[in-house]
Amino acid sequence: MLEQLPPGMLLMLGGLLVPLLPRRLGQALMLALPLAGLAHLWMLPQGLVMTMELGGYVLDVVRVDKLSRVWGTIFHIAAFLSVIYALHVDDKVQHVAGLIYAGSAIAAAFAGDLVTLFFYWEITAISSVFLILASRTAHAYSVGLRYLVIQVGSGVLLLAGTIVHYHQTGSIGFDHLGLTGPGPWLIFIAFGIKAAFPLLHNWLQDAYPAATPTGTVFLSAFTTKLAIYALARGFSGTDMLITIGAIMTAFPIFFAVIENDLRRVLAYSLNNQLGFMVVGIGIGTELSINGTAAHAFAHILYKALLFMAMGAVLHRVGTIKATELGGLYKSMPLTTAFCIVGSMSISAFPLLSGFVTKSMIMTAAIEEHHTWAFMVLLFASAGVMDHSGIKIPFFSFFAHDSGKRPKEAPANMLLAMALTAFACIFIGVYPSALYAILPNDAPYNAYDATHVVTQLQLLLFAALAFGVMLRTGVYPAEVRSTNLDFDWTYRRALPWLVAVIRKHGGRVWQEQKDLGLWAARGVIGLTRREYSPEGTFGEPWLIGRAAVWTAFVLVAFLLLEMWLRVSG
Amino acid sequence: MNAHLLVLEVVVPLMAAPLCMLLPSKPAARMFSIAVAWITLYLAWSILGALGATEHGVIAYELGGFPPPFGIELRVDWANAYLLLLVSGIAAVVLMFGPGSAGAAVAEGRHAFFYTAVLLALAGLLGITVTGDAFNVFVFLEVSSLASYSLIGLGRGARAPMAAFSYLIMGTIGGTLFLLGVGLLYQMTGTLNMADLTTRLPDVLDTRTIVLALALLIVGVGIKLAVYPLHQWLPNAYSFAPSVVSAFLAATSTKVMYYVLVRIIFTIFGAAFVFETLHADYLLLPLSLIAMFGGSLAAIYQHDLKRLLAYSSVAQVGYMMLGLTLASATGLTAGLVHVFNHALMKGGLFLAVGCITAQVGSSAMGDLRGLGKRMPFTCAALVVGGLALIGVPSTVGFVSKWYLVQAALEQDLLSVAALILLSSLLAVVYVWRVVELCYFSEPDATQVEVTGRPPVREAPLGQLLPTWILIGSTIIFGLTTDLTVGTASKAAAQLMGVGP
Repeated sequence: MLEQLPPGMLLMLGGLLVPLLPRRLGQALMLALPLAGLAHLWMLPQGLVMTMELGGYVLDVVRVDKLSRVWGTIFHIAAFLSVIYALHVDDKVQHVAGLIYAGSAIAAAFAGDLVTLFFYWEITAISSVFLILASRTAHAYSVGLRYLVIQVGSGVLLLAGTIVHYHQTGSIGFDHLGLTGPGPWLIFIAFGIKAAFPLLHNWLQDAYPAATPTGTVFLSAFTTKLAIYALARGFSGTDMLITIGAIMTAFPIFFAVIENDLRRVLAYSLNNQLGFMVVGIGIGTELSINGTAAHAFAHILYKALLFMAMGAVLHRVGTIKATELGGLYKSMPLTTAFCIVGSMSISAFPLLSGFVTKSMIMTAAIEEHHTWAFMVLLFASAGVMDHSGIKIPFFSFFAHDSGKRPKEAPANMLLAMALTAFACIFIGVYPSALYAILPNDAPYNAYDATHVVTQLQLLLFAALAFGVMLRTGVYPAEVRSTNLDFDWTYRRALPWLVAVIRKHGGRVWQEQKDLGLWAARGVIGLTRREYSPEGTFGEPWLIGRAAVWTAFVLVAFLLLEMWLRVSG
Repeated sequence: MNAHLLVLEVVVPLMAAPLCMLLPSKPAARMFSIAVAWITLYLAWSILGALGATEHGVIAYELGGFPPPFGIELRVDWANAYLLLLVSGIAAVVLMFGPGSAGAAVAEGRHAFFYTAVLLALAGLLGITVTGDAFNVFVFLEVSSLASYSLIGLGRGARAPMAAFSYLIMGTIGGTLFLLGVGLLYQMTGTLNMADLTTRLPDVLDTRTIVLALALLIVGVGIKLAVYPLHQWLPNAYSFAPSVVSAFLAATSTKVMYYVLVRIIFTIFGAAFVFETLHADYLLLPLSLIAMFGGSLAAIYQHDLKRLLAYSSVAQVGYMMLGLTLASATGLTAGLVHVFNHALMKGGLFLAVGCITAQVGSSAMGDLRGLGKRMPFTCAALVVGGLALIGVPSTVGFVSKWYLVQAALEQDLLSVAALILLSSLLAVVYVWRVVELCYFSEPDATQVEVTGRPPVREAPLGQLLPTWILIGSTIIFGLTTDLTVGTASKAAAQLMGVGP
């Protein structure tokens, strides 16, 4: 019986039950579901395949292997932590949407064929949009619709690619695809949209900050990491991914430093972290795939922790703008502490989770002689320290005192943050526990002397520069310049670069946007005019006109035949 | 015995119709017509079973014992059997919609007429499907058409008679063109039997008369099938008729006409002549693509849910025509599968609208606001039916589109395949409009006051049950496709002349 149940199904079906139960019982069920799901997952034997016949096609609804199990495990853990974090919310829509969203993401990670993948892919899109709509503001509503269109569009591309691929190869199996034809290309773009590739990434920064404080924690865990899984499964070793990933790690930094909305800063830094994983997939060695899996695992935890901390601030203060925060550590000491753990993890301090996983990808890059990619990743690591490691905790909890004295976060939020922070430290201290479940057999030791020393140099120097500048008054209180001052090597370059990007990039972007809006308005206006009930094609015509059309079609048919005869 | 099933399939509803008029009370008439519909369903199911036992997949019956081609022949193969099952099945479910037939939508005292007309329409549609004689098709076409004009006229609104009248004019033009076409065929071959026509036509195929006959037949049937741009009677007819009638006609009438067109093109004239010599696809392919987009675009901007569904039907006919135009076994399978699937979803959706009009008193889009809370089961039916229209996997819509796209790719028509998927996105837009109004909008305060009706409640079980039978089958047949795809592919193989 247990073996007939696809992973994730428990969460989806249980999620539907939650609104029918009394509040307390519903909460208990929500907490029990991810744990039961995780236990169920680990009871399933390795290599298990469940098939189902649908319309003459055999679908591999479930395939359990090491790669999918890593994602299944972390998705369950993330679901559990997010549920705790959201337990105080009295909005059943969010609870149901969250559980179905998590369940479908888990099920998608175990899909053995592209059709099943597509099915769950679309469920994640449809269920997650409710986490954004649940903010119940006009802004969230329009953001939600944009998000839905893009996510469903990615699914349609995936389906189109699947059909073309099936037509060419006769297979719908979801195995290594490689960029071997139009089908895989379409699938690749579909994955790329969800993984927020450069230029396809805007939905992420658009949508995540608009969701509810608890909704963002759910969102940050599943959608993009599912895409990373799909890329790792289908396109590992695709060289182009190294370039794409390197760009992904670098460009969000510029935007993150000038951003004032701290949840949007985190959204940019999410993008940057995804870049590391994409590079890992592109390298495609056993070590780098391990690194991607491990980094996804660790990343889900510390990114969730950061979003939780910012969510707690938003929950208590009502804003998340850097300029309006500061000095909160006095009344929210625990949240501050957890946030710092998250910041140190993402900055890859030794003994924290980011350190033991990110280094795997960087080592793999060096081993495969991708020198320039390695350099970009190094630069990006410093950037992470800037915008996530220092900016996030500094501006919300320290900096100039805003005078605000909110209460400490609710107990369930604190518990969720404590558990997540514990997990970050645990992985940092005992990386072998995480390494043991990785898909490939590639032994790795993060704590060798060279690596620890290099990383500490990078981080301590950054901290030193930060301290010196703060003491000497070079460090202005104003938001924008503070960000730029942390590392003297690009202290001069960055403002200039940012200015150039803002000036030219902004103008080009604006022109593009204007052109697009103009075209879209034109099309919508035309169709509305012609197809609305008052328009030419929307209103049923008078009988006389209909009869004329009949004659017209008849004549057209005969003319066609005559033309064919004449032209032979 | 098996052959007698064919004649019984028509005779039972045809004889029952006048009897229905004589019944004393409304419940009696209702129960009687439901019973008749279920008998035809049983007969259709038996025919399908009997067909499986035959060697070549054909059952023939000589009416009155006169041998064809002189006597009238009833002749059933996989394609007709499939349609018989669909038509009688839809009738059986839709007639259960109660209490009081169309509820308030049919004027008091006209219910006996209503059931009589439905049975006549059913007899006509089954007759068209079962017969093997071209002129007989015309006769039954008129029987079913006249019955459906009066059914549409039964609608309560002041515009219902006008809609019925325009449908009558257009339908009569279509019928006349069809009759002219049959007349020309008779003039050239001296026979009206379809099987006989198949053997005699090749001798005269290169004459202009035959080309004209084909044009007349396609356009004549095209009007009744609502092929774009001959669809203009359809939106008014469907939106002013009682919802039950819309459900019945949308799910059966256009479907049977699709069958007739398939029969004309593939059995009588042959796909090779129509598509390779005459290249009718030069005309039909663009028209079906225009229908897919034009119908959906018009649906997006409608102010009334019934009209929205009616325009969506125009678009769906486009998909069916596309399958036919591709002129391959896969394409024809896709078209026939979509006939079945679309009947289920549109029938179910129109019944759901019936639930709404019975409770709310209108099907205007504005009146859907916040209905998700007050009529949860009805609105859920709208959502599931809408998902099927879009073609979401695990619904029937996905099955149809999957085969249609496969058929397009088979002939390397990548652009057509892309257009199919693109037009599905338009369906997302109009379905989303409904979802948004039902679940994300609050009812206008003014509206509630003005109407002064008692608060809207969920529809009674008698209405929800048939609705959910149809909506539920859109999921069931989305998961198990043995019956639909299995039968349709046998029918397609037979029509293409390659299989049993």
